Amino acid sequence: MAKYVLKRVLLMFFTLFVIMTICFVLIRILPRELPQEKNLQAVILQRWEALGYNKPLIVQYAIYLKNIVTAWDFGTSWYIQFREPAWNVLTSRLLPTVLVNLYSLIFSIPLGLGLGIYAAVKKNKWQDSVISTLIMVFVSVPSYVYAFLVQYFLYFKWGLLPLTVLSLADAGGSWFTWRMFRSMIPPVLALSFSEIAGLCRFTRAELTETLTSDYMLLARAKGLTRAQATTRHAFKTAMVPILPMLISSFIGILGGSMIIEQIFAIPGVGQLYIKSINLFDYDVFMMDTVFYTFVSLLAGIVVDISYGFIDPRIRMGEK
Amino acid sequence: MNENNQEMIHLTPEELSFANTDARLTDKKFDDKPIGYLKDAWIRFRRNRSSVVAACIILAIFLFAFLTPLFNFRFDARFLDSYYAKKGPRNLLLSHIGLADGCVDRDFTERGILRVAAIGVGAENWDGRPVSIAEGLESYYQPIRKVSGPEMKTDARTGLPRELYSAHIDTYLEVGFLYKSVEQAEYARILAWQEETGIRVLYPLVENNEFNLDSTDANFWYKARGNDAVHVAQDGTVTRAKYSPKTVLEDNYKRDANGNVMYYEYTGGGTFETAQFKIRVLYYNYYRYVNGFEPEYIFGTDSQGYDLALRMANGVRLSLLVAVCVSVINLTIGVIYGAIAGYYGGWVDLLLERISDILAGVPFIVVATLFQIHLAARVGAIPSLLFAFVLTGWIGTSSRVRTQFYRFKNQEYVMAARTLGARDRRVIFKHILPNALGTIITASVLVIPGVIFSESMLSFLGIVKLGGSSTTSLGTLLSDASSIWTNYPHLMIFPALVISLLMISFNLFGNGLRDAFNPSLRGVEE
Repeated sequence: MAKYVLKRVLLMFFTLFVIMTICFVLIRILPRELPQEKNLQAVILQRWEALGYNKPLIVQYAIYLKNIVTAWDFGTSWYIQFREPAWNVLTSRLLPTVLVNLYSLIFSIPLGLGLGIYAAVKKNKWQDSVISTLIMVFVSVPSYVYAFLVQYFLYFKWGLLPLTVLSLADAGGSWFTWRMFRSMIPPVLALSFSEIAGLCRFTRAELTETLTSDYMLLARAKGLTRAQATTRHAFKTAMVPILPMLISSFIGILGGSMIIEQIFAIPGVGQLYIKSINLFDYDVFMMDTVFYTFVSLLAGIVVDISYGFIDPRIRMGEK
Repeated sequence: MNENNQEMIHLTPEELSFANTDARLTDKKFDDKPIGYLKDAWIRFRRNRSSVVAACIILAIFLFAFLTPLFNFRFDARFLDSYYAKKGPRNLLLSHIGLADGCVDRDFTERGILRVAAIGVGAENWDGRPVSIAEGLESYYQPIRKVSGPEMKTDARTGLPRELYSAHIDTYLEVGFLYKSVEQAEYARILAWQEETGIRVLYPLVENNEFNLDSTDANFWYKARGNDAVHVAQDGTVTRAKYSPKTVLEDNYKRDANGNVMYYEYTGGGTFETAQFKIRVLYYNYYRYVNGFEPEYIFGTDSQGYDLALRMANGVRLSLLVAVCVSVINLTIGVIYGAIAGYYGGWVDLLLERISDILAGVPFIVVATLFQIHLAARVGAIPSLLFAFVLTGWIGTSSRVRTQFYRFKNQEYVMAARTLGARDRRVIFKHILPNALGTIITASVLVIPGVIFSESMLSFLGIVKLGGSSTTSLGTLLSDASSIWTNYPHLMIFPALVISLLMISFNLFGNGLRDAFNPSLRGVEE
């Protein structure tokens, strides 16, 4: 198992390296604009010279890698936060993203699992068809439509909650105040609808499959009641694919949802991405790209590895 | 031993004769036609009611997207009317049953309701005769359709209790009067048109004096001071006019020496042809004069004044076009790639898997952004969007096809084919690939909603910038609406509804196809 994990991790870093190289080249060769003003032009040209932008690309990439390895330096933000290291810019945006997505997961996991289990147990009854229809609708409708619905009802119609997430200063200087939490409820809700529906669909499908398998018949035959058989045998097996999915969504909260952050003005990683493109802050853009790539790769291998841990039958890579 | 068994039948050869010597005995023909794989799937698909409904909805949206531009004789994609921007749905036929009447419900102060009611009154008193508000409310050009009040309500802006009228008003008529500057020839044409149709476009100009609240707003034709409508008595005393049916607003029209109202005013320009004349028009009728029809937009107008129905049809068409193109291209690449990887296996498979692993690791949003920045200026926003979708989109299909190949490539019939001398290409495409047909078709349909969503998301975020009046996307419409939609809900509701319907129906349709092609997978999610 350890060998398998090591192999996967090394492979992940190799993939990350390849993607990073491609992205670095593509971002470095982007056209750079000089401001109109003469003095500022001279300053920026000198800065580019000092940063090595006039050297060959391969040398630039070597410098970039060297800075990362020796100083954990991913470049500098010149427009979003002047002269702030790109790493710091990114990490300062991480907390809001993680908080909103974490709240949403905490809210949607029990609901999604519960509804999925209920639908599977009541399969082919009216409760199941109601839930299945709702799942279909909620999975399909795009998340920004929920965002608008939530804004419309909670803010304009009933005036219960603020329109967008409060700024740090308005909420009392901390991300953990009650006021901040209250203002985060609308994006959390908007995120949760499709999360709940997706989880519910997955749970229902997996549990239905296990409930109809032969060992369930055996469990009933040896005298267990339906409830006992379901809780003791079916749940355990159904959890095998569900747990890795949950784990991957926990890793996914690092990335967050760009569109929800944009609509609710959450100062998170997704908003930073859009901002860095619009302001041509290429170092931050590169940082964000590396970050997104890393998160998606990490989610992938954690899922694969956790399968092996959870279910001894699936020890992939072991001969 | 039974005695019956002991009993023997004794037959002589003479007793035996041939039966049916003159009839040819063959296998009986089937009464039914044979049911092939596709037909079997079709029968199963037809039985799935929700999928059939979804297919019908998709067809309807398809027809909407492709027929709206063809059958819309009045507008083309460039038709723009900035005075009628952000207006709600309006259709004269449907308004009889209370739908699409172009109206909104709004609360007014007394001043506000008077100002709106004055538009209808002003449309009637063009000859300078006194018209009461009750008469004005009867006018065809009266924006107020229904009014009640005043009642004590809390003002939405200040939060204080206030006497407010609640009214149902036509937002198109609310535009009211406008000042225009025209040449002599144009003025003559308007007059001739008025004569011909009997529809009044030109209305008297307003005197620019102390009683004119705003000399640029042509709706203040009545005498007013300090925001209130007023009556001016003979001796010069000023009394405030209140809103009531009997009130007759005093007009402030420009009159000549004989006391007749004036319809135009020379404002400058040298020769007869180039001289500019200031006129005051009722915009509703001016629109009819320019276009030849009354303003009717079945879904209203967008934030700039384009017909929303056309914009939406263009957006849906773009989305569908992109989605279908992506689906077809991804399918082709994915099938070939997956077939090669799965069929040859070994180091070929390993290498191809590594490549697709790396490509799959790049987040789609990054690919889309980089393609937009690098290529959009050179090849346009939509082709670069297509490239972005294609770059990573085929991986899912290829891995599915690869799995199918691993399952089937060592089966006996494949070996038999190979023994008989079939080449690789024949084995791949004739013998193994048809097994994956159902999976491929299902996957290619289920790709479509994903593409539509991603495309709308990218244009919503502004990463894909679509310019021009004829290329738009539902995402662009939504992002245009996102800051103003609370005042103009139709801007959000219709595009959001269409995109949600599209997504739901394509998902249902795809699931129906999957169940039809592969009944053993029913209810299992991928």
